[in-house]
Amino acid sequence: MNVLEFGVGELFQRPDPHGFRDYVHKHKSQAMTAKLMTEQEAVSRFVADGDYLGTELYGTVRGPMSLAREVIRQGRKHLRLAGQGIHEIDLLLAADMVDTLDITYVAWEVYGISKILRRAVESGRVKTTEWSNAAITWRFKAASMGIPFIPCQSMMGTDTFKRSAAKVVEDPFTGMKTCLLPALALDVGLIHVHRADKFGNCQIDGISGFGFEMARASKKLIISAEEIVDTSEIRRNPDRTIIPYYLVDAVVHAPFGSHPGEMCYCYWRDEEHLKTFLEESADVTKTREYLDKYVYGVKNHDEYLKLIGQDRLNMLKSKIGGH
Amino acid sequence: MADFTIREQIICTAAHLMADGTTAFVGTGIPMLAGMLAQRTHAPNLVVIFEFGGTGAQLTKLPHGVGDSRTFYRAVAASGICDVMEAAQRGFVEYGFLGAAQIDMYGNLNTTVIGNYWPPKVRLPGSGGANDIGSNCWKVISIMGQHTSKVFVKKLDFLTTPGYLSGPGAREAAGLAPNSGPYRVVSNLGIMGYDEKSKRMVLVETYEGVKVEDVVNSTEFELLVAPDVKTAMTPTERELRLLRDDIDPDKLYR
Repeated sequence: MNVLEFGVGELFQRPDPHGFRDYVHKHKSQAMTAKLMTEQEAVSRFVADGDYLGTELYGTVRGPMSLAREVIRQGRKHLRLAGQGIHEIDLLLAADMVDTLDITYVAWEVYGISKILRRAVESGRVKTTEWSNAAITWRFKAASMGIPFIPCQSMMGTDTFKRSAAKVVEDPFTGMKTCLLPALALDVGLIHVHRADKFGNCQIDGISGFGFEMARASKKLIISAEEIVDTSEIRRNPDRTIIPYYLVDAVVHAPFGSHPGEMCYCYWRDEEHLKTFLEESADVTKTREYLDKYVYGVKNHDEYLKLIGQDRLNMLKSKIGGH
Repeated sequence: MADFTIREQIICTAAHLMADGTTAFVGTGIPMLAGMLAQRTHAPNLVVIFEFGGTGAQLTKLPHGVGDSRTFYRAVAASGICDVMEAAQRGFVEYGFLGAAQIDMYGNLNTTVIGNYWPPKVRLPGSGGANDIGSNCWKVISIMGQHTSKVFVKKLDFLTTPGYLSGPGAREAAGLAPNSGPYRVVSNLGIMGYDEKSKRMVLVETYEGVKVEDVVNSTEFELLVAPDVKTAMTPTERELRLLRDDIDPDKLYR
C-alpha cells in the first residue's frame, strides 16, 4: 500500500497489537474473580507515572470524576491523555499532571472554551496531536479488534489530518484514498457506569458514547459504579452488559461518581457547582483553591460527597434528566 | 412587525433549513434550538442525531451538550459514537449543523487554534465531531453568530473541518465523498449558499434592514452575490412564542 500523505503529529502511544495480545493473555483473568476495592487501592495499583490514560464520558455526563480526583490526589506525573473531555481533563491539566494530549475536543460545550486548556497549551507546557471525535473512537475500536490500524473517510484534506499521526493511502481493493488511523490502546481506562457486580460485569443505561470501544482498548481498566449489584441482576439482563468482567481490573463503588456532572436516570448536573468552577477556572489561584478544596482537601470520594452535602445531592436526584 | 433579537432570527432561519422527514446531525447551542423549533413547527418528523449516540429524540427540553439525557429523551435509539458516525460515513445523514471561530469562502471551518498551531495564540476546543460531520454529511450548514471580517476570513489559521477545501474537485481529490459538502451559512446578517461551479460562498438572502454591501463589507474574502438577493423570512409570532415560552424559557440564548 502506497502512503500518499501523512500527518506530522506525534504518535504519543504506538500501536502494538501483538504486545496488547500478550498483555491481555497474561494479565486479564479468564476466571471471574472479585475486584471490588477502594479508589485509593485501584489508582495506586493500576495507574503509574507516564501512563497513557483515557476517560470515557459525554461532556459533563457520566464522567469518571471520583476516579479522576483520586488520580490527582495520588499525584501521578507525566501522564499522556486521550482528550475527549471536559471537567476531568481540566482538573488533570490544572494539577499539572499531563505532558501530552491526543485531542479531539476539550471544552465546555454550551458554556464555552476551557481556560485551563488554553493556559496549558498556549504556554507550551502540553503538547497536542489532533484527531476528530470519530477518529479517536475508531482508534480505540482498532485496538479492541486487535488490529494495527483502521481505515476511515474522515479528516482527509484538512489541517486536522496534518497535525494528526494518521496516514492517507491508496486502498488496494478500490483504489480510493482512505485515511488510516493507528490503533490506540490505553495503559489505563477510567469509566463510570450505572451498575457493576464485584467481578466487573458492567451495565450502562442510555447512550454508551465510546464506552464499548474504550473498555476493550484498555490494558488496565478501572470501573466506578453508582451501584454494586449481585451477579444475578447482571444475568437477568445480560443484553445490557456493555463491559464484561474480563475487561476490568478494579471495581469501585462510587455513588454520585460523576458529580458535578450528570448521570442519566440517576441525577442531574450540578449547574451551580459547574458554573462556579468555570468562573474560577479563569484564574490560576482560584483554580488552585478549587483543587485544594474539592480534591486535595478530602481523603476520598465519601468525604467529597460529605463536602457537597446530602441536601444538594438529594436536589440533584430530584431533577433526573433535567425534567 | 414583531420585536425579536438577531439570535432569534438566526434560530428561525436555521430551523427553516431543516426539512421534515430528514436526518440532521445537531451540535450544541443554536442548532439544538433550531431543531426543537423545527420539530414543533414544520418538521415534526425531523430525526435529530447527536454524536454520542442519541437518534430521533423528541426534544422537549433544551440539551446542554451533545450527550446529556435530553439528547435521547423519547428517542428511537440510544447507541454510541461509532453507530452514529458510521451512519454518516455510509451516507445516511442528510444535514450537519456546525459552528466555528472562522470560515473561509469554500466553507472550510476552524475550531482548533488562532495563531500558530503550537504553541497557539488561542487554543480552541478542537475538531470534536465537526470534521467527521463535515467529511461525511451530505449537506453542511454552518451557523455563524458574528459576521465580521475576522470570522469570514481569506485564510483560516487552521483548517479543522473540510468545506470545499481549495475549490472545485478538491474534496474528491482529497479522498472525501463526492457530492457532499457545504450547503448554507446562516450568519447574523443573512444566508449564504455556494456557487455550483466555483464552490465559492455566495450571498442569497439578507435579513430585514441589512444591505448587501453591509454583508460584503463584513466579509474579508470576496463574497459572491446572487443576482436576486432576497429578504429572509422574519420569525413569526408563533415561532417567537415557542422559542421564548417553551424552548428556551431560561433565556440561555435570548
